[in-house]
Amino acid sequence: MLKTQELTLNMGPQHPSTHGVFRCVLKLEGEYIRECVNHTGYLHRGLEKLAEARTYSQFIPYNGRLDYVSGMLNELSYVQTVEKLMGITEEIPERAQYLRIILGELQRLASHAIYVGTFALDMAGFTPFMYAFRDRDRMLDLIEAASGQRLMPNYMRIGGVAADLDEEWFKELEILMNDMPACIDEYDGILTGNEIMRARTIGVAPVSAEMALSYGFTGPNLRASGFDYDLRRDEPYGIYDRFKFDVPVRKDGDTYDRYCIRVAEMRESVKIIKQAMKDIPEGPIMAKVPKVIKPPVGEAFHRIENSKGHLGFHIVSDGSTKPYRTRIYSPCFVNLGFLPTTAKGLHLMDLVVALASIDIVLGEVDR
Amino acid sequence: MDKIVNREALVGELNKKFGDCAEIFEDNTNQSIKVKPEKIVEVMQEIRENPDYDFKVLMNLSSVDYPENFTVVYHLNSLTYYHKLTVKVELDKAKPQVPSITSLWIAANVQEREVYDLMGIEFTGHPNLKRILLSDDFDGHPLRKDFKN
Repeated sequence: MLKTQELTLNMGPQHPSTHGVFRCVLKLEGEYIRECVNHTGYLHRGLEKLAEARTYSQFIPYNGRLDYVSGMLNELSYVQTVEKLMGITEEIPERAQYLRIILGELQRLASHAIYVGTFALDMAGFTPFMYAFRDRDRMLDLIEAASGQRLMPNYMRIGGVAADLDEEWFKELEILMNDMPACIDEYDGILTGNEIMRARTIGVAPVSAEMALSYGFTGPNLRASGFDYDLRRDEPYGIYDRFKFDVPVRKDGDTYDRYCIRVAEMRESVKIIKQAMKDIPEGPIMAKVPKVIKPPVGEAFHRIENSKGHLGFHIVSDGSTKPYRTRIYSPCFVNLGFLPTTAKGLHLMDLVVALASIDIVLGEVDR
Repeated sequence: MDKIVNREALVGELNKKFGDCAEIFEDNTNQSIKVKPEKIVEVMQEIRENPDYDFKVLMNLSSVDYPENFTVVYHLNSLTYYHKLTVKVELDKAKPQVPSITSLWIAANVQEREVYDLMGIEFTGHPNLKRILLSDDFDGHPLRKDFKN
């Protein structure tokens, strides 16, 4: 008789499939996982503590270091929380609102393009990665043209945005947006219908609707499990209530559904950008905000639909120039809590796919 | 703006059911209630299961180090009414302890560990209350105001 020995395997922190410096310790029986323990904190920089020693405006660039593939959206969440705290949500100029939406959705497209590419890469499919990164680079070029940086834009400001964008930029954007539907069709063609991909993902690591709520899933992961809930439509922030778009929802909550939601969301983002490009008015891009920002004593909690889920900020002000406490609610950090329970009984290679499907970025997990 | 729940009715109902346990907490958001630490699990379970309130989503779990106490803050949301509630628990500075709500939301597991790690608040009944972001041999809790590097 052969004896099967339990094997303890340390996956990470330097492992290409953990999407950063995430480590999990696996107890394996053959190739099946008996136990999985998460270890995080390798990228912990203490952003919440750093915020207490910075003024409100000084903390904006740090948001790019949270989820470093969706910097614009992180900044949007932060500046909107400070605006809510100051009570100037209504005073943001129209043009700035539109620019925020356009660049936010562009960032969402770029983030989802990474998702599609790396998701295929984790299943050893290298070609889709090239397709996705080809398109992502065009989005990053536009973000760079707007803000000066590809990944850490530092573009949003308390009261508006940093720079206005000219005709040339919008022309480039229009070309990209006209190309995008065909590019997304290509992802669909090479991945969604692919037999290997379907065999590897359908029915793998399903999360029921009830469990999704308990795990604290938000955003695309929650919608994959059957909840028709999108902050942009149901509790609109900024001017999202002016745009028409669909909210893709799936039922099964397995790895395949979580992937399909992302691809469908990319199409919706293109729709939103096209509408915003058409309606954007001329005008100022900054509200009249005092040079020294001193929100009144109090607190505010605000969250937005980030590409990974709901990114929330809870800021407590004591009336001084620096926040008394800044709490960053990170969707990746909370979503990752699903792994220890889901991994039990999973095949080792399926764990990699399940982990890729919830879309974690370690900069945001560890903060 | 956020939809706000009728706090008077909610607090009245909670106090009737669990004895004197909740009160309205006045702040700039107008959506906070204060709950006694020892009753937090019962209260959270009630407002989660009660169809009139239906706070199924734990939006955020954080903590603040005020000069007079530690406050654990729970932000809740309902997927049927979209209304919001902030539940606050004030804890003693010398011995901050509050029951864990991991039995209600798995999402609370990692967030409570984080609060324990960075703020040093003990969640009784937590299945695995260990540091999550800092190393195990780290000394002190950095988000406390009296923390010295």
